[in-house]
Amino acid sequence: MDKNRRNFLKVAGISTLAGLGAPAIVDRVISGKGEGEVFASGGAAGHHGAEPTEHHGEGNTESHKEEKTGTRYGMVIDTRQFNANPKLGVKCVDACHKMHNVPEFPKGDKNEIKWIWLTNHENAFPEHSQQFKDKDTADNKVLVTCNHCENPPCVRACPTKATFKNKDGIVMMDFHRCIGCRFCMAACPYGARSFNWLEPKTILPTPTNPDYPRRMRGVVEKCNFCADRLALGEKPACVAAAGHSGAMIFGDLNDPNSEIRKVLKENFTIQRKPSLGTNPSVFYIV
Amino acid sequence: MFEKALKGNTNYRIWLAILGVFMAIGGLCYIHQFNTGLGTTGMGRDISWGLYISQFTFLVGVAAGGVMLVLPYYIHNYKAFGKITILGEFLAIAALLMCLMFIMADLGQPIRALNVMLHPTPHSMLFWDMIVLNGYLFLNILCGWVILTAERKGVKPPKWIYIFVYTSIPFAISIHTVTAMLYCGLPGRHFWLSAIIAPRFLASAFAAGPALIVFIALILKRVANFDAGKEALNKMVTIILYAALINAFFVGLEFFVGYYSNIPGHMHTLQYLFFGLEHHGHMYNNLVPFMWGFVVLCIGGIILLAIPYTRKQNEFTLGLGCLMIFIALWLDKGIGFVLGGFVPNPLHEIVEYTPSLNEIMITIGVWSTGFFILTILYKIAVGVEHEIEN
Ligand code: SF4
Ligand code: SF4
Ligand code: SF4
Repeated sequence: MDKNRRNFLKVAGISTLAGLGAPAIVDRVISGKGEGEVFASGGAAGHHGAEPTEHHGEGNTESHKEEKTGTRYGMVIDTRQFNANPKLGVKCVDACHKMHNVPEFPKGDKNEIKWIWLTNHENAFPEHSQQFKDKDTADNKVLVTCNHCENPPCVRACPTKATFKNKDGIVMMDFHRCIGCRFCMAACPYGARSFNWLEPKTILPTPTNPDYPRRMRGVVEKCNFCADRLALGEKPACVAAAGHSGAMIFGDLNDPNSEIRKVLKENFTIQRKPSLGTNPSVFYIV
Repeated sequence: MFEKALKGNTNYRIWLAILGVFMAIGGLCYIHQFNTGLGTTGMGRDISWGLYISQFTFLVGVAAGGVMLVLPYYIHNYKAFGKITILGEFLAIAALLMCLMFIMADLGQPIRALNVMLHPTPHSMLFWDMIVLNGYLFLNILCGWVILTAERKGVKPPKWIYIFVYTSIPFAISIHTVTAMLYCGLPGRHFWLSAIIAPRFLASAFAAGPALIVFIALILKRVANFDAGKEALNKMVTIILYAALINAFFVGLEFFVGYYSNIPGHMHTLQYLFFGLEHHGHMYNNLVPFMWGFVVLCIGGIILLAIPYTRKQNEFTLGLGCLMIFIALWLDKGIGFVLGGFVPNPLHEIVEYTPSLNEIMITIGVWSTGFFILTILYKIAVGVEHEIEN
């Protein structure tokens, strides 16, 4: 038994060392270092760690000290325009869902799939003051969708890299790799993700857009900032549906001369749940 | 050694047959789910994890609980546990197999499950969970089997096996810690976002696992003539008591932080679980009975195990106390913890979850499969014990 004990002490020593080393490794992998280009948020996460209070409560990319290289797509949603034109929101939602063959369920159905939808101000911004609402925020709905977070918790959680961050800042889905574990749904603090609880083809027998693939059952989906339209030089479908109203502005947040940066410079904007450090790429003018 | 599982008296066969029926029903229900999709469950867009993942979380704890036998026996050389340590190891095997079955039942694309290994993703806690769960399963199968074989031959187990036995101890801690990290690292889920989750999981595991073992040991004494020994059971009850008390203490701390700080996000889920949450004039409270069941059974169980008479003189009350603790912790972790965490949803809407019949039958099917495996493993272990005695 004595010998066993000595053996044990050796093992215990080694495992303690391993235990002490593990956090450093975990820290490194969480911040995405060594993850290559796919997980492009790596550098940004490190940046966050260094200056933890940088973005908190900030509604504007101006707070970034260093200018980012590369593209980071983002969106500004001007709720004033949507308030002025109540039909516009539904039009944008329809444009997206038709474009991407999103099957339609009764509203509030547990199996519902939503890429972009309208919700109350208090639901979109639960962390903001709701005590004495002005008429506009009380009466009108707000468009919400995936924020394409700069530090996306969904990407961190996914065990297969089926959800990943592209070089252009878009948080993408690989429907053929997703195992349907729904860890990303638990991780997303914005409820932006939907799961195919049923066979989508049975609910949407004929695709509304034959050029876009329908999904299979058992995978997660969400807004992809219309990555394939962007590749063709077109604007996202919802932005196009909003037309020239200026209600939705899309562009490169890292380009100081872009239209979106101009709008951000001229207006006070907010992000959803800024305190969580996800740094959404969707901004709201309220 | 497997031949020992084949011979058994009528009760043994009837018990296995009953489990077999539930396994078959569960299997049929799973085929239905496999063909139709997870829409056959009560889960949905807002409550995206249900019974499967909550059972998984609880059973990881049951598996880890076995270490409360392994550790005193192998490290502190506590001889009284000699006979029942194998029960802990075999319980871990059955519980882990149930965990893996629940994970598979929960996947939308189970056929692609291997993607977790084909595309290893170290920043995902699910990846690490898979590693430690499979590692712990391997360690328990290996250690249990080698040691039991040696015992049967009447020789000392080979030296090298102790390396694996000692490794299994940090592994037991890690499986439940990493499982806690699935939850406590998610931003925006306030109920889960608490550093106390991992220690609380461990405390409840160290009560639930041993409670089940004591309960089963009392049954084995009657039906299989297997006596674990008074001293061993008594020591385990002490462990159960302390662990259950620490778990209750941690739950109390969560209440303090939530209600004293008065931060709505930290109160909502507790309010929903224990008292019901009112929202737009509607009262949402479908988990309240379960949570008060937890409180009552936990207190009742602790009392039964703490009073010397009910603990030492009366095996019925001892078994009842252990069963009450086990069920209480199942309600706490196997129901409340996971399901409650989704209320309210990220948009502060409230959606309630009710499992579907199909889902419940699959869940019962997995539990039955687990107990089927456990019965066979225990049959073998007890058979070897008897062989040595003769
Ligand atoms: S909004 Fe949700 S789904 Fe979209 S990137 Fe952020 S965390 Fe991921
Ligand atoms: S459901 Fe799919 S995308 Fe989401 S975490 Fe699991 S594998 Fe990744
Ligand atoms: S950007 Fe494209 S995918 Fe996203 S909501 Fe708009 S239309 Fe839908």
